[in-house]
Amino acid sequence: MDALILQALNGLASASSLFLVASGLTVIFGVSRIVNFAHGSLYMLGAYLGWTLVTRFAGGGAPGPLGFWGGVLLAALAVGLIGVAIEVLLLRRLYRAPELFPLLATFGVVLIVQDLALWAWGPQDLLGPRAPGLHGAVELPLLGLRFPRYELFLIALGPVVLGLLWLLFRRTRFGLLIRAATEDREMVGALGVDQRALFTGVFFLGAVLAGLAGALQLPRESVNLHMDLAVIVEAFVVVVVGGLGSLGGAFLAALLIGELHAFGILVFPRITLVLVFLVMAVVLVLRPHGLAGAAPAAVPPGAPGAAEPVIRPAPLALRRFALAVFALACALPSVLGDYALSVFADFAVFVLFAMSLHLLMGPGGMASFGHAAYFGIGAYAAALLAHHLAAPMAAGIALAPLAAGLAGLAFGWFCVRLSGVYAAMLTLAFAQIAWSVAFQWVEVTGGDNGILGVWPDAWARDRRVFAWLALALSAGGTLLLLRAIHAPFGYALRALRDSAPRAAAIGIPALTVRWLAFAFAAGLAGLAGALFAYGKGSVFPTLLAIPRSVDALLMVLLGGVRTVTGPIWGALAYAGLSEQLVRATDHWRLLLGLAIVALVLFFPEGLAGAARRWWEARESDGRR
Amino acid sequence: MSAPPPPVLEARGLVRSFGGVRAVDGVSLAVRAGELLALIGPNGAGKTTCFHLIGGQLRPEAGTVRLAGRDITGLPPPRIFRAGVGRTFQITATFGSMTVRENVQMALLSHAQRLFGLWRPARRQMRAEAEALLARVGMAEQAERASGVLAYGDLKRLELAIALAGRPRLLLMDEPTAGMAAAERRALMALVARLARESGLAVLFTEHDMDVVFGHADRVLVLDRGRVLAEGTPEAVRADPRVRAAYLGGVAA
Amino acid sequence: MDSGLLARRSLLRRSAAAVAVAAAAPLAAPAIARAQAAAGGAAGPIRIGEINSYTAIPAFLQPYRNAWLMAQDEVNAQGGIHGRRLETVFRDDAGRPEDAVRHAGELVNVERVHLLAGAFLSNVGLALSDFANQHRRLFVASEPLTDALVWSRGNRFTFRLRPSTYMQCAMLVEEAAKLPARRWAIVAPNYEYGQSAARWFKELLARARPDVQFVAEQYPALGRIDAGATVQALAGANPEAIFNVTFAQDLTNFVRQGNTRGLFERRHVVSLLTGEPEYLLPLGDEAPEGWIVTGYPYADLDNPRHNAFREAYRRRFNEEPRCGSVVGYDTVTAIATMLRRTGGATGTDAMIEAMRGLRFPTAFGTAEVEFRAIDHQSTLGAFVGKTALRDGRGVMVDWRYADGAKYLPPDEVVRQMRPQSAS
Repeated sequence: MDALILQALNGLASASSLFLVASGLTVIFGVSRIVNFAHGSLYMLGAYLGWTLVTRFAGGGAPGPLGFWGGVLLAALAVGLIGVAIEVLLLRRLYRAPELFPLLATFGVVLIVQDLALWAWGPQDLLGPRAPGLHGAVELPLLGLRFPRYELFLIALGPVVLGLLWLLFRRTRFGLLIRAATEDREMVGALGVDQRALFTGVFFLGAVLAGLAGALQLPRESVNLHMDLAVIVEAFVVVVVGGLGSLGGAFLAALLIGELHAFGILVFPRITLVLVFLVMAVVLVLRPHGLAGAAPAAVPPGAPGAAEPVIRPAPLALRRFALAVFALACALPSVLGDYALSVFADFAVFVLFAMSLHLLMGPGGMASFGHAAYFGIGAYAAALLAHHLAAPMAAGIALAPLAAGLAGLAFGWFCVRLSGVYAAMLTLAFAQIAWSVAFQWVEVTGGDNGILGVWPDAWARDRRVFAWLALALSAGGTLLLLRAIHAPFGYALRALRDSAPRAAAIGIPALTVRWLAFAFAAGLAGLAGALFAYGKGSVFPTLLAIPRSVDALLMVLLGGVRTVTGPIWGALAYAGLSEQLVRATDHWRLLLGLAIVALVLFFPEGLAGAARRWWEARESDGRR
Repeated sequence: MSAPPPPVLEARGLVRSFGGVRAVDGVSLAVRAGELLALIGPNGAGKTTCFHLIGGQLRPEAGTVRLAGRDITGLPPPRIFRAGVGRTFQITATFGSMTVRENVQMALLSHAQRLFGLWRPARRQMRAEAEALLARVGMAEQAERASGVLAYGDLKRLELAIALAGRPRLLLMDEPTAGMAAAERRALMALVARLARESGLAVLFTEHDMDVVFGHADRVLVLDRGRVLAEGTPEAVRADPRVRAAYLGGVAA
Repeated sequence: MDSGLLARRSLLRRSAAAVAVAAAAPLAAPAIARAQAAAGGAAGPIRIGEINSYTAIPAFLQPYRNAWLMAQDEVNAQGGIHGRRLETVFRDDAGRPEDAVRHAGELVNVERVHLLAGAFLSNVGLALSDFANQHRRLFVASEPLTDALVWSRGNRFTFRLRPSTYMQCAMLVEEAAKLPARRWAIVAPNYEYGQSAARWFKELLARARPDVQFVAEQYPALGRIDAGATVQALAGANPEAIFNVTFAQDLTNFVRQGNTRGLFERRHVVSLLTGEPEYLLPLGDEAPEGWIVTGYPYADLDNPRHNAFREAYRRRFNEEPRCGSVVGYDTVTAIATMLRRTGGATGTDAMIEAMRGLRFPTAFGTAEVEFRAIDHQSTLGAFVGKTALRDGRGVMVDWRYADGAKYLPPDEVVRQMRPQSAS
């Protein structure tokens, strides 16, 4: 019994910590609709700045002149200012860009902060001081149990912060505006409120909360360079499980996850890997808008369609250009060296991977944060066939898309019933569940040591032949996708995205079309995965992990989600840039991050979107 | 001698409430082939809700909807479309990323059950049919324009073409002429009336403009606070003192 | 066959003379080295391709690379290898094995390195080992601990320096078996290293002490330990002793919560790697006392060779060497010693021959280390001792050097584990 009470208290303490990070995220999302990937970086900066402020202004590890609490608060404020800088310098310029595009920008910030933090604070984990007055453990009255003081403090802090935010939102004009903006952005604009100032204010608030959460970890956790990514995903899960933009919901979700964690490890010690994602999947399947989120105000039937550009058949010049590029790609392997050939095959794989995701994100209007699941399932299908059945490569390449497509059917059935970020987060949940299967089912998948020896058949083992094979399959898959986009199926997808009520009124079955699109995209991602497996000779759970999903997302956004062939250029640019930078410098994250930020600022419609704009401007000049 | 065919649309006792308020409270109506029935009433009388109940956008809490005798109550919009109902929306809804013609082709392809083609370009399919429909609503010259940039009146005509693409037996039109100039209105409604006579189409429409209502409707049904207030020929309704009192008094005097 | 093609193609871009030589000597990879030598490259540098997770694990790998460069400079200052300089091309795999494989291809085919080395993460090590096997290149794995690397998935081209998970567990079991404790709990990160460490520890301890039982096991996600709940779960089982495999930030958080909640009071703790300064120093004055650990007592290890190493490292980098420093330094030492043995020849077969049974000195200053011919595992050991606090930081005390050679299974067991093709 005592153990259970203590475990419940542990759950509460974790819940409070989680809530602090998630509260800032949900406030920012509620108002700006920005998926702020850099929120974890703000949290990490809060911890590092807190460490510096608390320890460095005095010698010997004793708290500096600011004292512990002064240091923590100052760190939170400093992070708030960093948040303001990010908003003013970067995100403010992107509010008109396609949905999710700011995610690309914030990912650039993540990379930059990672390198800057390493440079500023060094590689070694730092240990912050304990909080004065909250050392050690205390005997709980009545229960007679010992429990750490600081954890008790955290347990109390969660509800206090929730209460303060509640007061802020109910009792101040700023809070009122935030609530209004969360519910209806246009209305606030109509009220004559300066939206810019409001957004900046919201970012400040959200960043302060992130920084505070980070700095408050000083007495309980080490400050390290992995804090950002460790916290961001869980924070998002909390926000989504709670219901986007809902503080109360986030608090509830943090409680749920904290307690399930604390008790889960008593029963299944290995469940920590995947628990939060299981919770998210279950909650979203049962409640498509999270615990406390309401369905967005019913879109009136016949609301104007999104301002998406018309997709027309490519002009002759563009088709000639594409043909020339393809001819060049076909010729290239005969003059490339061995390494260039393997990079060539990689690029072919990434193009197909990005194009398959684009079918969902562009014409489908559905975001996916977990597309790597299908890439990885394809790769594992091929590897398992090769490893356990010694199947030839042709069998692997044929069956991988099938396996990934089936997984797409299974996962997609749930995902297409949700919308927006909820759907995207459900894809992430499924991807993480698939990842944890690959990671934990050691007997079959080899766990994180992966499966080795997945090499092509003898006839394709020559790098050049394999490069051509990869090109052929990637081009074939890409062609299939392009044809599908221009075929009735792609039109039906776009119809659903442009105007759901109109699509329904002309008899387009929304769920079926989206479901099949999901499986189709999954199957082609699986094909890309199988090719990747044979190209590398091995598969690992990293193929299904979040960074690979993020890569695909970045490629699509970078290329231009509102174009048809953008992902091809996005894939080549992103993969090429990282490949070059990693070889060229130790600070590739900083440079890649800066490059992404620059591309985002200069090409808010993506590379292909910018090219199209340039082309259209030239055409209209020509006509004049 | 056989019994007369059932009305194309027959709704009985439709009920739907929002937050305790009965927006539609026991409405019954029928539209016959070739007939134009206008649904009128002050704002908030329940006209649009009525449309959504018939078109499948909302489920009725009570009552039935029959299409040519077949029960279609509570079916989702795609099935209602397939049963033979075309509709236009009060706030226009078209596919902004498609051209005018593609919008119509989309509806034609759906009607022909050809949505799942993966290879042949959609824009080359059912093109002539789409152009014929556009010509009928006077939009032939605009076929290549993006639907997102059309003027409001053109959007309404495009919606009509889309609605007709499914070869409907019943056309539901929620304020088909809102935002149009007077001449345009008359032209559009004349077109609709002609279509109804020629092909036996039943038309149910709502309208604020009384000239349109009394100029084109065969019968008029007046809603007030979710209930049917009066029903009959335009002349009879116009003469009905209850209608005058409740609704027309201030407007058409 | 494959590498024959490779050799031929790569030479197309070289001089016609080199092509002629290659055609005359169609003997796969060594042909390149010979061709280069024949084409006048005798004085050219010997190039090592080093791949590691630099951005993912900087705490271990920065000291590692520091010492690597230091060792390389020392070799070159002494005139290199038979007059040829030693050069290293570093690549960051960012913790992704698939990226490591890509870099390996680049290093071999573009940078023309003569051998591959590196890897911290086990899966990166295995991916590179498989690459080496496919492309018939020597791969000297410096750090990855997985047993599979030299045993179940061992191959002819892969050698490993660090004492493996099995060896370090065996070192600790020796001490654990002496403890009176019978009720044991385990906490290990939930991935291959943690799982196999837990498995070996249980198996070896049960063999040495049939009377022990394991009353609780916790497997927190790597890098994301929920320390409070984990500590409480362990305490709830009331073990007499704990075997810990967590490291880095998980260890820090575990220790903090454990200290606060008294988990370690009146309990024995046996802990893998915790004596390595990488992990012990960040704990500061909260470093636990009396844990039995493997590690590296960098401050107290006193012998001429180690003192010289430590002094040189301090002078150059203005900090104390870490365990990673020794690993980096020893890897270069081993490679240089091997190359001297081949007489500067860089053919893969010649290098493998020289690696098998190679004896070289370690920066620890302890006995010479040998790369065993039987499984390509080096006999480098580790220090086993207890943790203590001194001047507000954790140190190792009562330590002894556990020679790796003594903590390996009998040869016939090793032969059974290792695939036939690997010999």
